Amino acid sequence: MNTLITLAYLVAAVCFILGLKQLSSPKSARNGNFTAAFGMVIALLATLPQLRFTTAGVIIITIGVIIGTAVGAVGARMVKMTAIPQMVALFNGVGGGAAALVAVAELLRFGDHPPLAEALPSVFSIVIGSVSFAGSMVAFAKLQELMTGTPITYPGQQIVNGILAAAILGFVIAILAVASIPFSFISLMVLALVLGVAFVLPIGGADMPVVISLLNAFTGLAVAASGFLLNNFALIVAGTLVGASGSLLTKMMSDAMGRSLGNVLFGAFGKTQAGAVAVAGKEGRSVRSGNAEDLGTLLAYSQRVIIVPGYGLAVAQAQHAARELADVLEKRGVEVTYAIHPVAGRMPGHMNVLLAEANVPYEQLKEMDEVNDEFKNADVALIVGANDVVNPSARNAPGSPIYGMPILNADQAKNIVFMKRSMRPGFAGIDNDLMYDPKTIMFFGDAKDSLTKLVSAVKAA
Amino acid sequence: MSNELLNELTVFVLSIFVGIEVISKVPTILHTPLMSGTNAIHGIILVGAIVIAAGANSPVTVILGLVAVILATTNVVGGFVVTDRMLEMFKGRQTAGRAQGAQNQKPVAPVTPK
Repeated sequence: MNTLITLAYLVAAVCFILGLKQLSSPKSARNGNFTAAFGMVIALLATLPQLRFTTAGVIIITIGVIIGTAVGAVGARMVKMTAIPQMVALFNGVGGGAAALVAVAELLRFGDHPPLAEALPSVFSIVIGSVSFAGSMVAFAKLQELMTGTPITYPGQQIVNGILAAAILGFVIAILAVASIPFSFISLMVLALVLGVAFVLPIGGADMPVVISLLNAFTGLAVAASGFLLNNFALIVAGTLVGASGSLLTKMMSDAMGRSLGNVLFGAFGKTQAGAVAVAGKEGRSVRSGNAEDLGTLLAYSQRVIIVPGYGLAVAQAQHAARELADVLEKRGVEVTYAIHPVAGRMPGHMNVLLAEANVPYEQLKEMDEVNDEFKNADVALIVGANDVVNPSARNAPGSPIYGMPILNADQAKNIVFMKRSMRPGFAGIDNDLMYDPKTIMFFGDAKDSLTKLVSAVKAA
Repeated sequence: MSNELLNELTVFVLSIFVGIEVISKVPTILHTPLMSGTNAIHGIILVGAIVIAAGANSPVTVILGLVAVILATTNVVGGFVVTDRMLEMFKGRQTAGRAQGAQNQKPVAPVTPK
């Protein structure tokens, strides 16, 4: 590798680091993305001159780049904002798959007896890349609702996964110690793909963001391993940066849900304990439901209203209707704020993105710590399609699977209007005591329709 | 252990620390864009895919190279575009905030995002 290329890679590495730094602050985030993309272009341009191309090589690279650009650009442009999480999963998965394939191709060059320094990173990249690919595809399918979002469990699941992992380890040792039996890494890849699927199946839809973040870190490490294999500094630096920051981000996300990473990955959350809690909750209790006119009057004559948006608002595309309601209320002198739980929506920060799309002013969005003390002074907490993030059992029911998760204190408001499609439990599959609270009025219906009805009711009041 | 491997290990270990340090103070609202941004950065595997595709000279290497380049390009392009789409909205919100500030006749004080 000559000096010029190494220097170009260094510039690219600096771009990635600066890009990440800028991405950590709202003011500079967009520039951060450009900085990182610029680094990527430099790394790619610097790579080309050092290569000797075969004719076939030129053709497949051209075709590959054209197809990949079309798929990536169209996919990213067309996707609805609510479907962003599964899109990130998809793009992460293909990256992991690419890392595994690069390792396979490079290992093939060494024939039956690859030196240890080559074999070690390649098997690592093949295993981790394949797990990331298959796991991300399952995460995509769960979030896209191509398959059930609830955890899929069966007796002895952990043992089966353990055996799979052990089989992979055995293969790795065989490849490293004995020498590569022709195509043994194909079997290795297949096993790793199966493990990726088996690993994500028992994890519930609500926990998918944490899993995607973890698999994102995995892909980073697989890329770094491919970097060792190809002796390429750009791959090592960029892959490791993603591996390290992705791991930290994964931890931050599970912290925001008040749970340990181990509990997220192996707890089959929302399946085991949920049944018991739900039954106990439903016994002989009634809920109060209201109509648009009454609720419109209640809102119109309030002084402070706090809107708690959740995923239900996102799927109903109701963010614009919510802003409209906030606007008519503000015209009447009602103070309106939005309380954003760290994991509102399906990813941390997802709700902010959606409300930003509806041009909700930045000053009205308040994060949990900032807004939690304000609920007791609020006349109405208007819960739109949120559920688990306002469930008081996180605070007072030690047996509940979400016990310990920080929640919004919506139950402290003077009135609670709970807008929901039905009495069905939320994403985590747990019944919510707040619906049975005497201060709570349920307002059933699609979030967008309901909000539109409230807008006219407030105008009429 | 060869000199090159030693250099690579050094870079690897330092990158771990930089990676952790650089995002240690990210606010919750940026978690999703940040995940998406890092997702785009590991699309650097495209460099690796091009390296192996360039020398393709057999049916197996042609197929491996082609698929790897397609997957990696999708990762890079999709990753950066989708991140930009998310962040574009953050920018829109700040402009909206400013416009509203102007309506409330406080034109001098710019709205500083937290």
